[in-house]
Amino acid sequence: MSEKKEEEYLTIPAKWEIPYRHSAGKFATRFFKELKENKRIMGVKCPKCKRVLLPPRAFCERCFVPLEEWVKVSDEGTIQTFTICYEKFTGLPDPPYAVLEVRLDGADTDILHLGGGVDLSDPEKAVKKIKVGARVKAKWRKERTGSILDIEYFEPV
Amino acid sequence: MPRKVAAVGVGLTKTATRRNDVMHPELLYEAISAALKDARITMEGIDSVVYGSMDPFDGINCPDKWDVDVCGGALNKPYMKVTTGGTTGMSIALAGYYHVASGLYDTCLAVSCQRVGENVDAQLVLNTCVDPVFERHTGVGAITVGAFQAAAHMAKYGTTQEQMAMVRVNANANAANNPYAHLRFEMTLDAALATRFISWPLRLSDCCPRSDGACALIFASEEKTKEITDNPAWVKAAGSISDTYWPAKPVADWDNLAMLGKRIYRMAKIEKPIKEIDYAELYDAFTIQQILELEALGFCKKGEGGKLVEEGVTKKDGEIPVNMSGGVLCTNPIGATAMIRVAESALQVMGKADRRQVPDVETALAHGWGGTLQFHGSMILGKDP
Repeated sequence: MSEKKEEEYLTIPAKWEIPYRHSAGKFATRFFKELKENKRIMGVKCPKCKRVLLPPRAFCERCFVPLEEWVKVSDEGTIQTFTICYEKFTGLPDPPYAVLEVRLDGADTDILHLGGGVDLSDPEKAVKKIKVGARVKAKWRKERTGSILDIEYFEPV
Repeated sequence: MPRKVAAVGVGLTKTATRRNDVMHPELLYEAISAALKDARITMEGIDSVVYGSMDPFDGINCPDKWDVDVCGGALNKPYMKVTTGGTTGMSIALAGYYHVASGLYDTCLAVSCQRVGENVDAQLVLNTCVDPVFERHTGVGAITVGAFQAAAHMAKYGTTQEQMAMVRVNANANAANNPYAHLRFEMTLDAALATRFISWPLRLSDCCPRSDGACALIFASEEKTKEITDNPAWVKAAGSISDTYWPAKPVADWDNLAMLGKRIYRMAKIEKPIKEIDYAELYDAFTIQQILELEALGFCKKGEGGKLVEEGVTKKDGEIPVNMSGGVLCTNPIGATAMIRVAESALQVMGKADRRQVPDVETALAHGWGGTLQFHGSMILGKDP
């Protein structure tokens, strides 16, 4: 680097504001409809390896076969791993917030969602309730719109 | 059968949160001209170029267009771009190696650049890498994913926050000897453990910085290597592995890295990694990852990575010195970071690592991970082909 101080060089401000619309497709559309209308969490079962995959998708990534059989899974499950975020990052949720990988009963893969129902302000206390192996249950919203946020969060049972 | 290939030139740049003193192609110019100088060849001697970065960090879409002028564009070189998240730098190095090993080119310039400091918050960019249908609302970025590994490893094996902090202490002690490192200050264990939680169980001291930096490597065929240098770093083994995106894989163990380790050890005829490998550069964006990588790559048993660090085995005079550069914990220009692992390994094999040099490195291993924990790449370099 030159001996000149960094502040002496120009910087050019820039910002990307590009709207997108992402396709949910047949499987995610049905999944969200089930959340909204029936308060059900639905996975799909692979005819070959028999695993119940969640979130649902059109194919099994291991057996490389199409999936058709819809299976209801529980809205209760076990935390596989988690974190509690205490830092504010631009454009991301206000801390503290917990993120969980949950294996719902009846599913063979995990769902990624927010954790809640616990005071997160003190990490040492919070991790006594939100921890690997803890049982959690979906907290459903009263007004559901057909999005992943129809489940507000998963809370300890 | 692949041809024998060696790394014959290494180019590193100064790194910092911001390198306001250079534009994007100028930062690459620094790395490329250093590699050419190291190999004592000119751009005319480069047969092919593999370039890469992870676009959104820099806020420049397809920077390959802007950067081609420093990659031999005006000289009409063959040129391609490679990008695979955090493994980008390793994928570029692998592609550079494959270009020459295939017999299609005698030399290849592999070059990577990233300006993570040009955006105000890398975690927001990382969140755009996440599935927008089911997962993006959780705010996950790289730190959260690293924290998942730490929480799982602590629960399964009893790894402690003190052991993770020791990885930081080692990293900073090493980076103090590296003029190309971003964070260059020593840190005590107490100071590391006193830093705030960013995403429990990861404290600030468990996390890498975001850096501006670039790296270049020149690969050459056996014949060309002999013309260029009598001190190359031969590629003894190289490979990559992937795993599913979906969160269905175990998080406490990096099983696919263990599989990659077995593959490349077979290629390099290595049976006992800790005895036969003299040096390792591991992609430790978070302290916990060095622990998982030590286990997966067979330097210790599963669950014993923390203990290995505690016992000093990864220090300069230990049985397997790790990241004398300071590693990713001290410098992380993301798309270039995995290539820096190869560059530092090559320098150790060549005996050109100055104050960070470990004596008598015959064989060194470089590693990179990327994606949501599902990509790995690795290269084993040696004094002998």
